[in-house]
Amino acid sequence: MTALIDALLLRNGYNAALVAIGAAVLGASAGATGTFLVLRKRALVSDAVSHATLPGICLAFIAMTALGGDGRNLAGLMLGSAATAGLGLVLVEWITRRTRLAEDAAIGAVLSVFFGFGVVLLTVIQNLPTGKQAGLQGFLLGSTAGMLYSEALLIAFGGALAAAAILVLRRPMTMVAFDPGYAATAGVPVRTVDLAMMGLVMAITVIGLKIVGLVLIVALLIIPAVAARFWTERSGHVAAIAAAIGGLSGYVGVALSASAPKLPTGPMVVLTCFALFVISLLMAPARGILARALRHRRFQIAVHRRQGLLALAHGEPVIEPLTLRILRRAGLIRADGVVTEAGRAQAAKALIDARRYEIARRMHHEEAIAGRLVGLEPIETVLTPDEIRVIDQRLGVPRSV
Amino acid sequence: MAARQAPTLAASDGITRSAAPDAETAPGPLAIRGMTIAYGEKPAVFSVDMSITPGSMTAIIGPNGAGKSTLLKAALGIVPALSGTVTVFGRPIGEMGRRIAYVPQRASVDWDFPARVQDVVAMGLYRELGLLGWMRPRDRERVRDCLERVHMAAFAGRQIGQLSGGQQQRVFLARALAQDADLYLLDEPFAGVDAATEAAIIGVLTALRDAGRTIVCVHHDLSTVSAYFDHVFMINVSRIAEGPVATTFTAANLQATYGGRLLAAQIRDLGLGDVPRPDAPCPAPLRS
Ligand SMILES: Nc1ncnc2c1ncn2[C@@H]1O[C@H](COP(=O)(O)OP(=O)(O)OP(=O)(O)O)[C@@H](O)[C@H]1O
Ligand SMILES: [Mg+2]
Repeated sequence: MTALIDALLLRNGYNAALVAIGAAVLGASAGATGTFLVLRKRALVSDAVSHATLPGICLAFIAMTALGGDGRNLAGLMLGSAATAGLGLVLVEWITRRTRLAEDAAIGAVLSVFFGFGVVLLTVIQNLPTGKQAGLQGFLLGSTAGMLYSEALLIAFGGALAAAAILVLRRPMTMVAFDPGYAATAGVPVRTVDLAMMGLVMAITVIGLKIVGLVLIVALLIIPAVAARFWTERSGHVAAIAAAIGGLSGYVGVALSASAPKLPTGPMVVLTCFALFVISLLMAPARGILARALRHRRFQIAVHRRQGLLALAHGEPVIEPLTLRILRRAGLIRADGVVTEAGRAQAAKALIDARRYEIARRMHHEEAIAGRLVGLEPIETVLTPDEIRVIDQRLGVPRSV
Repeated sequence: MAARQAPTLAASDGITRSAAPDAETAPGPLAIRGMTIAYGEKPAVFSVDMSITPGSMTAIIGPNGAGKSTLLKAALGIVPALSGTVTVFGRPIGEMGRRIAYVPQRASVDWDFPARVQDVVAMGLYRELGLLGWMRPRDRERVRDCLERVHMAAFAGRQIGQLSGGQQQRVFLARALAQDADLYLLDEPFAGVDAATEAAIIGVLTALRDAGRTIVCVHHDLSTVSAYFDHVFMINVSRIAEGPVATTFTAANLQATYGGRLLAAQIRDLGLGDVPRPDAPCPAPLRS
């Protein structure tokens, strides 16, 4: 536990702190990029991209070793992985365009073939006599143990660059995701924007290989976006919240994996991310399950309360059990059903408000359609005193109005 | 191509051409020459010419599947043409895109998309805001104003999926208004819109026209063509007729556009006089 707290508070030394920060930056840009990917309905493409990196990593390792260098040079491995990831992406595009296969079929084919080829290469490398191949397995599930200062810096820098690109492209990416046909007529170069988005996904994947690993990077792209969707109805806010969730996941995940030996980083990051998703699903005020249920219940109570009060005002019997319960609990009727003093006062007020609302709905037609004048709240909370005065003047005039 | 020699057409074309010397100095807002578009092997639009008069309000009419939407899309360059050219204010469409605003017939968008009504309208400001520009108070004001013009201001903060079909249509119209274009291409803006809103939208469009903008509208309600529009373009895969409503929106041309499907009684209800008898020589012959 203390180990975890130390890691969270960046007390494990300069290097570990930099790794945690690098992971946070990576997570943040992955969350934001993923948002646009999910909105464009192309989330699964990222899975093909990430799995297609494996042969590139292996080939780069072999090439660098053959040239007499260090096969584990991160920049070199990133370059190699980007090359095959790009190839995989082009293949998916080509298959979808040239054949009648749907994109998901193309993704499945490319993903498995590239990954299979990568695993074969990995086995070949295991049997090489260089003795330095140990680090490569870490790219599958992510590993920050023994990460170099320069590597952490490279990851943080790459992540920051991607974030800057997202900031510049956010508007066209939103427009293309929402309505590509209109975006084209409004002057957005749709194909270029799509390409740029895929380029971003590739960059995030390649940068994130070391920390999250290629098997799970797709989770860091997708989960923050779907979790963030529970919090807001605005795409810009979704991206920002997804960035926060992704950043937090990266940071906490790295700290978790540093707190115990041999914990792979990727799964820790993804599990943290998933925990944040569950919290969002349940608790988010905008679209979360609890908030929705609460809002629905409150609405139901307001409807019944109004119905009940109007019935009291008209001297009609209240029959519905829920209405009775609500009135009783609010102290508006007694247990034996007799109206209390407070009940009488509120019933009278409800009746006046109902008449006022009826006039208000006729005066503010648009607001009425927008559902803002249904009449569940006390009218003072919806209309200004001046507006109410105007209505009351009309109410004072006899029927002819 | 026999249609071009039809007497009615010659008359309407004559009127268009009488404006031609002027049009050469100030090129028309939209000119289409020899446009053919095919989905697969079957042409949706065949060898169509169109020249829209500056500052006019033109209705494109024709039966379902006549190629109206396709023609608009071709004018915008979003469907590839088999052959033909489009010029907008005398220049290729690629250079003039910023002067055109378009409202599609049915927006096929993800209605659960995280965007509020005002965010969708703000998309119309893309060309002005560019990549990095933030929305200024002035821009917000404009978005609000466009929503008010289509009577949707009360819905500004709603998520876009929480609207009825007609309301969604009005939001897309507001988005086009926000573009502040010189040429508006609208594909059935009145489809599914209530009577009060239809009147409001026509008011907005007429005001735009009076301000010198050009409006082109695919329109299905023949009974309102004369009231709403000053020009009409009749199409059924190829062009049937084009010109001012007064001279072009005739019983003969309607018959040629809609064929036997338009009942004589319907045409009579439009107050366009007698329907030519089927055996009488048809002024604007049907396509073979
Ligand atoms: N995406 C498409 N793929 C194949 N054929 C198409 C496509 N879109 C339109 N068509 C065909 O092209 C023809 C013209 O279609 P278009 O949408 O332009 O008609 P329209 O005049 O707008 O009809 P409506 O009044 O129903 O809107 C139709 O016959 C239609 O079947
Ligand atoms: Mg159409």
